[in-house]
Amino acid sequence: MSWYKPADVGFAARRLLGDIGAAARLFMRLLALAGPAFRRFGLVRDQVHFLGNYSLAIIAVSGLFVGFVLALQGYYILQRYGSAEALGMMVALSLLRELGPVVTALLFAGRAGTSLTAEIGLMRAGEQLSAMEMMAVDPVRRILAPRFWAGIIVLPLLTAIFNAVGIMGGWGVGVLMIGIDPGSFWSQMQGGVDVWQDVGNGVVKSVVFGFTVTFVALLQGYNARPTPEGVSRATTRTVVMASLAVLALDLVLTAMMFSI
Amino acid sequence: MDDSPLTPFVELRNVTFGYGDRAVLDGLNLSIPRGKVTALMGASGGGKTTVLRLIGGQQRAQQGEVLFDGQDVGTLQGPALYAARRRMGMLFQFGALFTDLSVFENVAFPLREHTDLPEALVRDIVLMKLNAVGLRGARNLMPSEVSGGMARRVALARAIALDPELVMYDEPFAGLDPISLGTAAQLIRRLNDAMGLTSIVVSHDIDETFHIADQVVVLANGKVAAQGTPAEVRASTDPLVHQFVNALADGPVRLHYPGPDVEQDFGVARGGEP
Repeated sequence: MSWYKPADVGFAARRLLGDIGAAARLFMRLLALAGPAFRRFGLVRDQVHFLGNYSLAIIAVSGLFVGFVLALQGYYILQRYGSAEALGMMVALSLLRELGPVVTALLFAGRAGTSLTAEIGLMRAGEQLSAMEMMAVDPVRRILAPRFWAGIIVLPLLTAIFNAVGIMGGWGVGVLMIGIDPGSFWSQMQGGVDVWQDVGNGVVKSVVFGFTVTFVALLQGYNARPTPEGVSRATTRTVVMASLAVLALDLVLTAMMFSI
Repeated sequence: MDDSPLTPFVELRNVTFGYGDRAVLDGLNLSIPRGKVTALMGASGGGKTTVLRLIGGQQRAQQGEVLFDGQDVGTLQGPALYAARRRMGMLFQFGALFTDLSVFENVAFPLREHTDLPEALVRDIVLMKLNAVGLRGARNLMPSEVSGGMARRVALARAIALDPELVMYDEPFAGLDPISLGTAAQLIRRLNDAMGLTSIVVSHDIDETFHIADQVVVLANGKVAAQGTPAEVRASTDPLVHQFVNALADGPVRLHYPGPDVEQDFGVARGGEP
């Protein structure tokens, strides 16, 4: 491939457009399969358990640490302006609006996304997807769709847990360690957080990230070359692409939310 | 539908197929008779597995027709293709069992996907199919706990779970020990006769395959090099078929991969000191 040869550039551009088209078609199919997926809810439920339960520990521990750090850094800034009791509000707003959805999505990509990619890539490598097709069972409907919708259910729930644990961490550092008045910690938080503006925006973000991370993971697994090397590359690509997509979409969503 | 044994169950007419520039099948004509065991043989990369994939509709012929009971599989789409596939069973080279399901659930999988049978009936059918391959006792094992030969027998039980009319075996003997190999071969023959199946066996294993096949087809260079009963193919005078059947290292299929001359590579001049 050399950039100055028109034929090579054209070939690469055509292949890129083809890949985007195939990805878009898969995405639309997964959306359309919402009905069948939820009619066999057992399959979705198993995946919710698998994706959610196994991500729970890392999400909770990370949430705690992020809460600790937010309280420490927040106190450093706020006490300069003599408003250290606003720490509760600051911790809650940072988590709900920004850090909760984004960090959870990044951790979810690393923990659950990679396992989805590897699982589906290995199913392809072991001819399990071909075998399913030969049994007249559509792998997109039977394997991909339940995982897709499970990911979209799971990520907002994990984000909520991350936020809750993070706020507890902020309380631990702010109230127990630093000694801020617990009454003002909680009342400032209660007064400063709006259900629609802050919590709602965070939920919208986490749902969008759920679509993004799960879809990237499934796409990479489904299109992985059926070799050990191909599966390992696909797993790496899942983390890289899902993380970049989450951060880029976060910018877009945040900008949109400020303009409304 | 004409069920007379004279009309072929599967027929390939003038089929051409290739990956990129490399033609794998080149104007192939092939017919698989109903109720018989047909062995598809030939060198590796000779397009045997491709034939199975064409019949299953996983690949489409670039030219020609692939007729399955009179229907051109290559033109079928969506539900019609799936309807045709429900009448076929395929055994993949290494079984392709679902690694997250137990042996029992693997065999139950097609039943659960395609039927609404009550659980008690599913259990009975699965145990009957597992009994047919001698693995009724292994129902609770996971695929990681069974040997290669057993995995293939489980896959066979799964392939016949919905009572197909055609069963395709992709290298069923590859990597099996002699006992498993003999078991697998006898099983293919017995199931074919007991269930009234039509079987296509892709294999390299000459002794075992010739033993169970009614018809042998040898593919070479994308065409049929020999076709007939095992005895007829064994007696073939075609040099390529002769090399294959007798497992000779050199013949029309060269031992050496094409490359520079020996003289050139080792720096020795032809006929004397340099």
